[in-house]
Amino acid sequence: MAAASNNPPLLEVRNLRVEFPTRRGTLLAVDDVSFDIAPGEVLGVVGESGAGKSLTGNAIIGLLEPPGRIAGGEIRLEGRRIDNLPYEEMRKIRGARIGAIFQDPLTSLNPLYSVGRQLIETIQTHLGLSNSAARTRAIDLLKEVGIPGAEMRIDHYPHQFSGGMRQRVVIALALCAGPRLIVADEPTTALDVSIQAQIIALLKRLCREHQTAVMLVTHDMGVIAETADRVAVMYAGRVAEIGPVRDVVKHAQHPYTKGLMGSIPSLGVRHERLTQIDGAMPRLTEIPKGCAFNPRCTVHGARCLIERPELMTAGSSRAACWRHDAGGVGQPVSKEMVDA
Amino acid sequence: MPDGSQNHFVQLEGLKRYFDVSPPWLVRAIEGKPKQIVQAVDGIDIEIAKGETFSLVGESGCGKSTVARLVVGLFPPTGGRIEFDGNDMASRRSRAETASLKRRMQMIFQDPYASLNPRWRVFDIIAEPIRAFGLSKDRADLEKQVGDLLRQVRLTPADGRKYPHEFSGGQRQRISIARALASQPEFLVCDEPTSALDVSVQAQILNLMVDLQRRLQLTYLFISHNLAVVYHISTRVGVMYLGRLVEVAPTETLFRRPKHPYTRMLLDTIPDLDMTGRQRSPVAGEVPSPINPPSGCTFHPRCPFANERCKAERPQALPIEGGTVACHAIEEGRLAVEDRTY
Repeated sequence: MAAASNNPPLLEVRNLRVEFPTRRGTLLAVDDVSFDIAPGEVLGVVGESGAGKSLTGNAIIGLLEPPGRIAGGEIRLEGRRIDNLPYEEMRKIRGARIGAIFQDPLTSLNPLYSVGRQLIETIQTHLGLSNSAARTRAIDLLKEVGIPGAEMRIDHYPHQFSGGMRQRVVIALALCAGPRLIVADEPTTALDVSIQAQIIALLKRLCREHQTAVMLVTHDMGVIAETADRVAVMYAGRVAEIGPVRDVVKHAQHPYTKGLMGSIPSLGVRHERLTQIDGAMPRLTEIPKGCAFNPRCTVHGARCLIERPELMTAGSSRAACWRHDAGGVGQPVSKEMVDA
Repeated sequence: MPDGSQNHFVQLEGLKRYFDVSPPWLVRAIEGKPKQIVQAVDGIDIEIAKGETFSLVGESGCGKSTVARLVVGLFPPTGGRIEFDGNDMASRRSRAETASLKRRMQMIFQDPYASLNPRWRVFDIIAEPIRAFGLSKDRADLEKQVGDLLRQVRLTPADGRKYPHEFSGGQRQRISIARALASQPEFLVCDEPTSALDVSVQAQILNLMVDLQRRLQLTYLFISHNLAVVYHISTRVGVMYLGRLVEVAPTETLFRRPKHPYTRMLLDTIPDLDMTGRQRSPVAGEVPSPINPPSGCTFHPRCPFANERCKAERPQALPIEGGTVACHAIEEGRLAVEDRTY
């Protein structure tokens, strides 16, 4: 389901900047991020903690926590600009047009209301159905996300559900009003592996059936590889590489992506040592000049220390790296090569 | 061992640990409810040879962390034996003898943010085991030892003056490892040492652990829920489900020829990079409550191969292909063992 060129994108993010004013100056947490999501497409966003991936998601759903604020750029949903809407306007879009799924299903549900009440409230807010029609829809949604005995479970409270079942309820809540886009922020991180697989399969099936686009934010490359159509790799607040998931996984162009892929233990081949990227991601206060990755990069050149690379075409994806061809364009980055 | 059979460095025999999670006595009396007991670890046998890495995998609540804590003595076992280098850990011995045994085993915890005292300098955190076991002659010797330990985990002696909050998650986990190594142990119990870390940092820590093992001839008991990490680091692997070991096998055998239906299910659920675009069939059901575990084989409600015998009779661990598996379907030959490729 790659973005067909004749279709306008569902979501357009252009040069998004998110900043945090602090006593010691303004921190730029998301710096000049641009991407599109086509209708029905799953875009994975990966990166390590602090790369700015969750902030990008929060900026899109209009839930940046103050003092964080959008300092520049545009976010358009179905061609309409949504980053500068007043709070009440955004509230109508959130839930109706954009659904949100967060990491911890226990904190994203209200523990004092039954799940039915929370579902019905959301349905009525956005669709204006009668009580009984809303309840019927709520039960249908619970059935759709695979909760057994939905008629009875609808009156239960969040603590009566297991983690996996709770995350199903959260997905049902996100789907209530039939949104066009779902922003899922680490939806499976708090779950066990066997439950994780169930939730990913569910999310995939629902999005295919409803033609909903998904922005899937996670640090788990395995989840992305399995779910996403395209993937954006973020590093220090910027997109380091973006492209079709297969190309990014198998033929990474950015040295950071290559290192990241090599550092994931794989079941295919067993190695003495994993590829490691020495050092850690820079703090926002001390982002180096030029390419932010240059202190950890093994192939950096003189230009990387001075001039910041923008996204440029590299193989079949786009990478922000002056030296993306240093490792040989189009060469598959096998584990053996990275290890050598 | 006196009988001259294979000498196991660490041996767990029928190890059990139950937790009483009942409401207070008065509430129970009024509501007429019985005691509630969680059978967190329900009779497991593990033998770990010197220099190997034995991993325990399983989902949350399967009891793997409880095993780790039992082994290092943070919980007393409800039943069973723990033997460390031929010494029964439960037998009575003098304080000095206990200390000399405990010195030889150390633990690395999951959360590097919670396991370091935020009010202590890194130097003192690492020096604590050296002081406690009296392993240094004088201050200069102590400083030299701590400096060496910091260098061993790729930090610098100057980092000793800092506080834990000045370090990133990966660096903190290095400090935990330095502290664990301070008493010159032979056996390290690692409870999810990398699950709080980002993948690139996880790779750094795993590489460090492999290097240290080789250099210091360490034996690891490695607890993790991440099968890919376990595959990478282990010599042998034990799979736990609801407090019991369902399968133990050498790593390659476990991943290439898994036998127990639960092991197969776990392997099916790993999202792997090479599986891009491949469809998987997720397994239905969740881990039942350990307070009231299912009868017979505890996995039978989720198992596609379960029959009447599985519901009634608890399967025993039987030797097969260099490991053991506790499954009636395998024992009876109802379930064939197949090779897997990734």
